[in-house]
Amino acid sequence: MEIKKGIAVSPGISIAKSLVIDAEDYRIPRRSIKPSQRMTEIQRVRNAFKDAIGELTQLEAAQDQPEGSKIKDIFAVHLRFLHDRSLRKKITDLIHSELVTAEYAVSTTLRQIASHFTKEKDTYISERAADIYDMERRLLRQLLGKKRKDIGNLKEEVVVVARELSPTQTAGFNRKFVKGIASDAGGRTSHAAIVARSLGIPAVVALEDLTEYVMGGDTVIVDGNRGIVIVNPDEQTVQQYREYSKEYLELEHRLGTIREKPAVTRDGTKITLLGNIEFPDEAEVVLEKGGAGVGLYRTEFLYLNTDTEPTEQDHYQAYARTIRVLGDRPVVIRTVDLGADKYTQSKRFAPEPNPFLGLRSIRFCLQNLMMFKTQLRAILRASVLSDVKIMFPLITNRQELMQAKMILHDVMEDLGEESIEYNPDIQVGIMIETPSAALTAYTLARDVDFFSIGTNDLTQYTLAVDRGNELVSTLYSPADPAVLRLIRTVTQDAHKSQIDLSVCGEMASEPEYIMLLLGIGIRTLSLTPPMIPEIKQIIRSVTMEDCNKVARKVLSMNSERHISSYLRDAARKILPEAF
Amino acid sequence: MQAEQDSLGNVVYEAELEIKNTDGLHMRPAMQFVDIANRFDSEISVSNGETNVDGKSIMQISMLAATCGTKLRIKAEGPDAREAINTLRVLVEEKHFDEPEPKK
Repeated sequence: MEIKKGIAVSPGISIAKSLVIDAEDYRIPRRSIKPSQRMTEIQRVRNAFKDAIGELTQLEAAQDQPEGSKIKDIFAVHLRFLHDRSLRKKITDLIHSELVTAEYAVSTTLRQIASHFTKEKDTYISERAADIYDMERRLLRQLLGKKRKDIGNLKEEVVVVARELSPTQTAGFNRKFVKGIASDAGGRTSHAAIVARSLGIPAVVALEDLTEYVMGGDTVIVDGNRGIVIVNPDEQTVQQYREYSKEYLELEHRLGTIREKPAVTRDGTKITLLGNIEFPDEAEVVLEKGGAGVGLYRTEFLYLNTDTEPTEQDHYQAYARTIRVLGDRPVVIRTVDLGADKYTQSKRFAPEPNPFLGLRSIRFCLQNLMMFKTQLRAILRASVLSDVKIMFPLITNRQELMQAKMILHDVMEDLGEESIEYNPDIQVGIMIETPSAALTAYTLARDVDFFSIGTNDLTQYTLAVDRGNELVSTLYSPADPAVLRLIRTVTQDAHKSQIDLSVCGEMASEPEYIMLLLGIGIRTLSLTPPMIPEIKQIIRSVTMEDCNKVARKVLSMNSERHISSYLRDAARKILPEAF
Repeated sequence: MQAEQDSLGNVVYEAELEIKNTDGLHMRPAMQFVDIANRFDSEISVSNGETNVDGKSIMQISMLAATCGTKLRIKAEGPDAREAINTLRVLVEEKHFDEPEPKK
């Protein structure tokens, strides 16, 4: 039994036999086969050679080059290798004697030959290694391509295990048979993760070296709630997970039925539940889960997925796609929040000694006006399509806000001069995620239409704790009295100034904080879409009187530990299954 | 060229051939070599003094990694052994794979 920890990206639990998909551009892990599978694997090698020869012959014929030209020669040489019986025998012998997969045998044999060449001093000869790698890839493509096609014709339930999955691969999965996904690479926001979420297939990614531990046919548990994958679990673990799975499905089913019901407390207070999204596709999940719109549309993906800076059109198309899905429901587009943890884009920004306190987010935009204006133009153009709002992240003082608004105004003027349509009354808001913004909320409120409290950064900056640093991460808690007092201050100031207010940090998706947030006076929550039903269920189970009581009690407490355990107890009484 | 008879009565011919083209026995020359070797019924083996390989396998021939000036021992065994050795000698030493020789 091997337990691996990764990132949970799509909830649910699945237990099934694994189907391992290797990637031709990565090292193929050594995986064993049973003696009875030898002939199948050997036949796979033969077929791969046959098909590679067919493919090469076609390619060669299609070359518009005279006989004896360099390119024709390369094809001819590769064909000679593929026809070489001793090469094929070397590979099938390896399967026979070592009991390994066709992929591993092909890859190992050809890489061995290639390394023989690289050792030669003569450069002309050592460069032959490139030809051998080329042949390796061609053969692996044949072997893996067939396997990928097989996924389309599955006859039994499987968990797909791979180094990395492309979105198109994931989108092609038959959800009747693909019960779970586990991959070495990927992150929460990788496209494959999003597709898995929208297909409702439990998935865990970023498992690093999982593919080295799994052989095709091994039993695998994918726990998409906790981010755990277990290879070859023992009987007791399987039993335990069958129980979890049953409970989870029952909860899911119950939550599914409340999708159409409003998010109202038992005593009639209406709460607005919005979704946080990163990709246009996710807008569909928001609606599927019963969200009333998008309260936080992160736009960093436009920058992180490409090598070049996105154009105005790239921005516009992404926004328009999202808006098309949402119809007339509101969408809050947050201007780009690059830097610090999202500091992955390009090495041309010299590394900062203290990036979380450095040139990130709105500060970065205010120093890169061309880039900032490009995005603002696209948002303004999209503003005529529906209820679009604009939100600036990480504001720390009024001057920054005024500067950002002035630039927005400039862009509006430019559009006006070019007779391009936009909504001149577009709502402008800011994220409250620094203590300075929270403490000056009353002043900032005069110049904006709404606030959205980003509890993740607000907690980190208030408590001076890096939650990613395991030495201090236990100090990180939004239930800390200091954080809660800031949230209350912001709420009071927003109410006094009569501007809209929402909470869009992770706190809004954690069941134990819901009563407290409602009690403090929050009426709009924006959260990760899959959690919407569960949070709605909590809202529908409480009264404002309960919530006010919880908030009063908590705000009188002085210890994070007491607050946390009090909140857990209170929530457990409302929705015991969620804990 | 040396000739002898093996136990089955097949003729065995042997010759030592020197690689003369500048770039040595790289992929394309290796291909020319095995293409010719495969035209004959005789078994053909090639040795560089350390390794002895099948003269009809491009993988094995290319792995000899014979550079310009290397001397290879070619052995053919079978009904057309003499002609095989002759044809291969022309390819390696006279035509030097239709490639240039080093400038003197």
